[in-house]
Amino acid sequence: MSSGVGSTEPPKSGGLGFAGAGAGRFALETRNQLVGLFGIVERNMYLTKRYFLWDLAFMVWTIANTLTIVFIARAIPGITPAEENTAATALLVGATIWAFLGIIFEFMTETVAWERWEGTIEYTFMAPLSRFVHLFGQGAYAVLYGLIRASILFVAVAAFIGIHAPQANYGAALALLAIASVSFIGVGIMTSVLPLISPEKGAQLGFVCQGIMLVVSGVYYPVSVMPEWMQWISKFSPATYALRGDRASILHGTGLQWADVWPLLIIAVLATPIGLAVFRVGERHAKRHGKLKRAG
Amino acid sequence: MSTEAPSTIDLASRLDRQAPAVEVRDLRKTFRRRDRKAGRLARKRPWPALDDVTFTIARGECVAILGQNGSGKSTLVRLLSTLLISDGGKARVFGHDVDREASTIRRLVNRVSVEASFFKKMSASENLSYAARFYGMTPRQTRTGVPEILGKVGFPPERRNEAMENLSRGMQQKVALARALLTSPVLLLLDEPTTGLDPRSKLEVQEFIRDVRAEHDATILLCTHDMAEAEALADRIGILDRGKLLFLEPAEDVKRRFGVETLEQAFFAATGREFEAEEGDQEDDEYREVFG
Repeated sequence: MSSGVGSTEPPKSGGLGFAGAGAGRFALETRNQLVGLFGIVERNMYLTKRYFLWDLAFMVWTIANTLTIVFIARAIPGITPAEENTAATALLVGATIWAFLGIIFEFMTETVAWERWEGTIEYTFMAPLSRFVHLFGQGAYAVLYGLIRASILFVAVAAFIGIHAPQANYGAALALLAIASVSFIGVGIMTSVLPLISPEKGAQLGFVCQGIMLVVSGVYYPVSVMPEWMQWISKFSPATYALRGDRASILHGTGLQWADVWPLLIIAVLATPIGLAVFRVGERHAKRHGKLKRAG
Repeated sequence: MSTEAPSTIDLASRLDRQAPAVEVRDLRKTFRRRDRKAGRLARKRPWPALDDVTFTIARGECVAILGQNGSGKSTLVRLLSTLLISDGGKARVFGHDVDREASTIRRLVNRVSVEASFFKKMSASENLSYAARFYGMTPRQTRTGVPEILGKVGFPPERRNEAMENLSRGMQQKVALARALLTSPVLLLLDEPTTGLDPRSKLEVQEFIRDVRAEHDATILLCTHDMAEAEALADRIGILDRGKLLFLEPAEDVKRRFGVETLEQAFFAATGREFEAEEGDQEDDEYREVFG
């Protein structure tokens, strides 16, 4: 021993007598990871059930907030009722995607923030669950939950305002949103590391990222109205293609357009590994500096 | 046994049968902390939480590490459970390096800490099922495994579906023990598992730890400030003082070494300081050790 005043060696050796490694470890590991993925989704379902009334209150707030945006269409002077309906629908699509993205970013940043608040983070991080499965499970539930909330929001506000979308292709709109979700999860994974770096302000910074993404993506306006440098940046945002495609599907009944799908697929392929790499760097930083467990 | 994680075969393949359960060589961890007396604007200084710590734990052995707040006990447990990255030295669990083979270590180790950390709105059953999923236990397995393990720790069956926030600290700690045991770890890290418990709960938890050792052949590292608990449960006892492990020997050898009758006296003889009570100082300990 290098320090101290006594022996630190064991008095005897023991043995556990386990059998040697068997075949099919990969299959077993894959099975275990899938069970873990189910565990993440299952836990979120439990929590959604427990916080249902709070979620309901939050839903009311989201609807009210969306109405404040969609009513702007009614205030535009000198337009026909049909143009007003188009403007209201375009605004509603923007607000709905904003809300959807908000749910994904909220869930992803809470991956760390909520568990830290509950004190479970160390148990989750010392479990044999791959970080990809852990974060993807969180993202998958966020997408499912977000799609349900976004659908309710769209229907509620459309009914309240009296929006008519007879040509709408809702299937194509939902499908595009689902494709875009993979990219959103990837970007969300990048932001979920922020509470590991700054326990106090990290979560809020995630919402800053959400806001910036939507501003450059034309959330309530066409991308063409922005300065050229912003239009250039908008090409890298998955929200640009989700907004453009969903507006076309709802307003004109357009089906899935390859022009919207392929950029989303490329961003998805890139965003998830980049997000994981960013998270790994953050996790190592937290483990090196003892920031994993911290209340508040 | 139905409470065992299904990955037992996988787990067995990860055990180096020749290696000791825990092998720590010159392990170092330093945090940076601000000297509180110098005020909040003072510069942070290096604070060694573990200073060249070396020891070995044999399979099936129960070892207790005694130490005051800030002595480095929790840091040691966190390093062995892959929650911290060391600054130097080596730590191996069943032959696997904790820094480089973290995913393998995670299958072998589980931990009970001083705070029974759970999702407070979820029930004991839900929290245990959730934790078990990470170790590959399916709903069918936890349906029988969870009630069985909760029964073993003396948790009342009628409260299994009650939210954790409604349970007493003693009850929560029993669930924490059940969570650690549910995954059949071969190395169990107990970090102050009975701190803050009433005397009856404390005895129940200690009895359960004895049973675990007898029935599961698990290796146990117990970090505590309760000398009586250490003496009652452990084969060997070590004192960690300001990050340095002074010795690790059977309790009788420790007393003989210093020519004293109690571990308290041995602690005083080894460190030159009284072994102070720690109740209520836990947060300070966390602050010093983890966030320095």
